[in-house]
Amino acid sequence: MIEPDIIKDDEMEMLLRDIADLYDYDFTQYTRSSLRRRLNRICMLDKFTSFAELRYRITKDPTYLARFIEEVTVNVTEMFRDPGFYKTLREHILPTLGTHPFIRVWIAGCSTGEEAYSIAILLKEAGFYHKSLIYATDINPGVIEKASRGIFQAGPIKQYSENYMLSGGTRDFSSYYISRYDVVKFDEGLSEKMIFSTHNLVSDSSFNEFQLILCRNVLIYFDKDLQGKVLKLFDDSLQSLGYLALGSKETLRHSVIEPRYKQWPGENMEENKLIIYTAAW
Amino acid sequence: MVKKTSTEILMIGGSAGSISVLLKIIPNLRKDLSFPVIVVLHRKAHPESNLSDLLKAHSSLPVAEVEDKTLLRNGCIYLAPADYHLLLENKLMAALDSSEKVNYSRPSIDVSFQSAAVLFRQHTTALLLSGANADGMEGLLAIARYGGTVLVQDPLSAEFGYMPQQTLLNLEADAVLKPAEMAPFINRLNKKSNNNIVALLQFISVP
Repeated sequence: MIEPDIIKDDEMEMLLRDIADLYDYDFTQYTRSSLRRRLNRICMLDKFTSFAELRYRITKDPTYLARFIEEVTVNVTEMFRDPGFYKTLREHILPTLGTHPFIRVWIAGCSTGEEAYSIAILLKEAGFYHKSLIYATDINPGVIEKASRGIFQAGPIKQYSENYMLSGGTRDFSSYYISRYDVVKFDEGLSEKMIFSTHNLVSDSSFNEFQLILCRNVLIYFDKDLQGKVLKLFDDSLQSLGYLALGSKETLRHSVIEPRYKQWPGENMEENKLIIYTAAW
Repeated sequence: MVKKTSTEILMIGGSAGSISVLLKIIPNLRKDLSFPVIVVLHRKAHPESNLSDLLKAHSSLPVAEVEDKTLLRNGCIYLAPADYHLLLENKLMAALDSSEKVNYSRPSIDVSFQSAAVLFRQHTTALLLSGANADGMEGLLAIARYGGTVLVQDPLSAEFGYMPQQTLLNLEADAVLKPAEMAPFINRLNKKSNNNIVALLQFISVP
């Protein structure tokens, strides 16, 4: 596929500063290589033939901002992505969480909600859903709107169903949703304890204390400084002995909060690449 | 032909039938390579396919699967992990991205090659191996546009010749190589050795 190469590095810096000055969104600490692709993609989707056109639209038309935020962020997600990760959650982490009188989960960067529904299914099957609350947040209001509807494209459901079984699920996955034409609607019982809200990891602060925080494949889009800041935010939001789950290629190594965490299930098991950390007392 | 300049990064992309070729290249690379090598192969999304262990077993150079913000060192081989695109954040750092598949692939060879082309320009060298789909060709075209060096596996030597064949129909490769010729070619790209690639190309075309 031909990817357009419209935006030059100095133009990108200029645009990021404009956006930070004009609006409440600061992308200046985002990974540049990904951002460059997203900006070029926006130019292609919205038919801007030059950087000047894109910049003019963003700076002069505040109504365009929502569209920009929707497309500049990556919203690729799936249910039970990395089934091995969910298997570990199911078999080893949830039984411990279940000993708490109340389980608060934060899914930071929830995108269109597939992960929130996956966690809801795990909690349901473990018998802890009634005493749980799932906070699902994202910077992007558009995806939060979609997530809260619980309606997903039918296309990838077969893959999700396979992922579910690989994660140790034993029920008929189709019992969780109703199919209608090319979409599926998930059981409303699964979203009863979900709270969807916008939250910007760059600028918003801690809003509760959680036993489990999932933030998978979000930190890869941030530079090291911003990663440190966000990890501090998670640290402030995690109850002692709580769990922090990152994407399979993300790590706490060399971060400010590293000394207070230990990787589960320990270094010798790193083969599994399950990046789940436990907070110290 | 444009005068080629020194190689600062080597990108290797491959799909079906490329692992056996890679296993012919890697054991024969010199230990003091003056640039990092980045390998992007199409593979299954599940990490059980332990490609990095396989490559490690055949390599005298360090092999690492790229994680978030991996620093690149000369003479090391970096493998794109399953289910992520590999991008170059700057000349010293690789980054990962889990955005949409490109050419039905993640990692996509085109995405990594284009990322290298923009950053390393004429100092990029890329090698496209055996494969049965089109991913890789646009990336090589981008590298050629920036004046980099493009190498393609001889389609007749490839288990799946479609990818190299299609590529050769659309661009003029700097060299078309059989598996056994690849490591010697790469070794001669080293900064410390005679780096005149034009002379090198003549060397290769001698029957």
